[in-house]
Amino acid sequence: MSTATAPRRTLTAVTTLRRTVTGGATFVWTALVVVPVYWLVVTSLRGSTDFTTASPLAPPAHPTLDNYRTVLDGGFTTYLLNSVVVTAAAVAITVVVALMAAFSIVRHTNRWSRLTFRLYLLGLAIPLQAVIIPVYLLIIRMHMYDSLLAIVLPSAAFALPVTVMILVSFLRDVPRSLFEAMVVDGAGDWRMLFSLAAPLARPALMTVAVYDGLQVWNGFLFPLILTQSGDKAVLPLALTLFRGQFGIDVPATMAAVVLSTLPMLVVFVLARRQLVAGLTAGFSK
Amino acid sequence: MATVVRTSRPVVSHRARPGAARGGRRRRFSGLLMAAPALLLFGLFGLVPLVGVLVLSLARWDGLGSVGWAGLANWTGVLGDGATWQALWLTLKVMVVSWLVQTPLALATGVFQAPRGRLRALFAVLWFLPLLLSAVAIGLTWQALLDPSFGIGATPGLHWLAQPLLGSPDLALYTVIFVIAWQFTPFHALLYQAGIRQIPVSLHEAAAIDGAGPVTRFLRITLPQLKYTFVTSSTLMLVGSLTYFDLIFVLSGGTGGPGTATRVLPLAMYITGFQAHDMGRASAIATLLVVFGLALSLLTTRLSGFTRMDSQQEGL
Repeated sequence: MSTATAPRRTLTAVTTLRRTVTGGATFVWTALVVVPVYWLVVTSLRGSTDFTTASPLAPPAHPTLDNYRTVLDGGFTTYLLNSVVVTAAAVAITVVVALMAAFSIVRHTNRWSRLTFRLYLLGLAIPLQAVIIPVYLLIIRMHMYDSLLAIVLPSAAFALPVTVMILVSFLRDVPRSLFEAMVVDGAGDWRMLFSLAAPLARPALMTVAVYDGLQVWNGFLFPLILTQSGDKAVLPLALTLFRGQFGIDVPATMAAVVLSTLPMLVVFVLARRQLVAGLTAGFSK
Repeated sequence: MATVVRTSRPVVSHRARPGAARGGRRRRFSGLLMAAPALLLFGLFGLVPLVGVLVLSLARWDGLGSVGWAGLANWTGVLGDGATWQALWLTLKVMVVSWLVQTPLALATGVFQAPRGRLRALFAVLWFLPLLLSAVAIGLTWQALLDPSFGIGATPGLHWLAQPLLGSPDLALYTVIFVIAWQFTPFHALLYQAGIRQIPVSLHEAAAIDGAGPVTRFLRITLPQLKYTFVTSSTLMLVGSLTYFDLIFVLSGGTGGPGTATRVLPLAMYITGFQAHDMGRASAIATLLVVFGLALSLLTTRLSGFTRMDSQQEGL
């Protein structure tokens, strides 16, 4: 830990021991994390005979992309598209609606805005699983069962508490004089929202968009309960469908897992900073 | 945790300004209009179901037909059923053991990846990998990886892993906890990393000048400074452990098995409601989850970051 700031000194026995332990632990943890991922990728490149005979961690004797072809022919692009549509729609709805709500809470400090703030605070504590049955009933009664919208609306609703909280804490730090200046200029709430709050909050909006996007993209319970037909399946649900369909063809299932992870890998490579900031949104402030 | 910079607030409310009465009414209206969509959406799918689950716990419903009245039958059924108490016990066990496993691991990896440096950054990237996979992807991978015949146990030297880790009633729960740790530790490590980077370097420098070694500085400076990170991370772990559904669902093939060895509350709820088609009883179990969740966050929120936002607002 921050040895860089320590004054140089001769290696004592304690320091040597500490370095050995650190090195050993680093190696073990890295192996624990990397080996499963390595196995996943390697297995997805094996033929079925290679899978049953080869040593699991050996590189594939005859690497093949056949498993990936099987997955792509199995409707993968439909599932991918569903996931993209659902995530984009849910994030768009959440961010726009939450920004308005947060602006209203920050700019109108009265009994009602305090009450709504409390409601979102309460919302943070509601586990998704706990209310899935009434949500299921609602979706059926609203004739939305087995549609992408059935995933979008509840996902957006459950992303709201965290999103509103984070945006409220961000907007609160905007100097009040900026708003006052606009009031003097005769600007109404809507103009302040669009030409002051929204541009200023852009980094926070980016962060919550990433955070919400990850939740929806990886979400499993809502798709599992609220959709039924294969052509409405999003990626996490589709993975379980592939698993059922491929059965003992483990390499094909692993190819599906790898393919489903590729979009995230692309995001990680292109925008690592934003991804990390979004992951820990508001929690590591 | 960030030190909260308080901007000075004008004492006089802007509503008191003369001639603002008409604008005030219009403003109040636009304020309401802005808050409405979020409230509507959250109310419909968040708050209504919260009440709905309590109502449904008093109802008879198979998930398809009409909803009828059942009185307290579901509750006497659920509370008198040993399976409920076992599910509750398993949930608690997963919660506590996960916390015990993940906290030191997250702290250690967070401490390691916090200082800048090329090698540490490389390890940080590798350790980030689990965060790219969805819970379902992780579940499917580990299920195949731990297969006694074709999994990792077939590797020379690793034959001791060739046992039904997920198939034995004694080992399954601990295997699940291990995979949960694999999935979530990197996230909590990021929290600790961020917490450590916010500790002023001057604290360490001053202590180093006074002759404090790395270990002393870690114990006397780093650990105490991480108090709030520790509370935040622990809160997320404890409340989050109520919601471990996806991973256990996939690892156990949707059964919470073998037998009922990994059937935590959310799985018991799912199986009762969506496999045995007894939505009333499932709602009673779900209500237990709500109570559990609210109690837990009431206990922990007082200390966590979110109350800070709240109290900041109350100070207005």
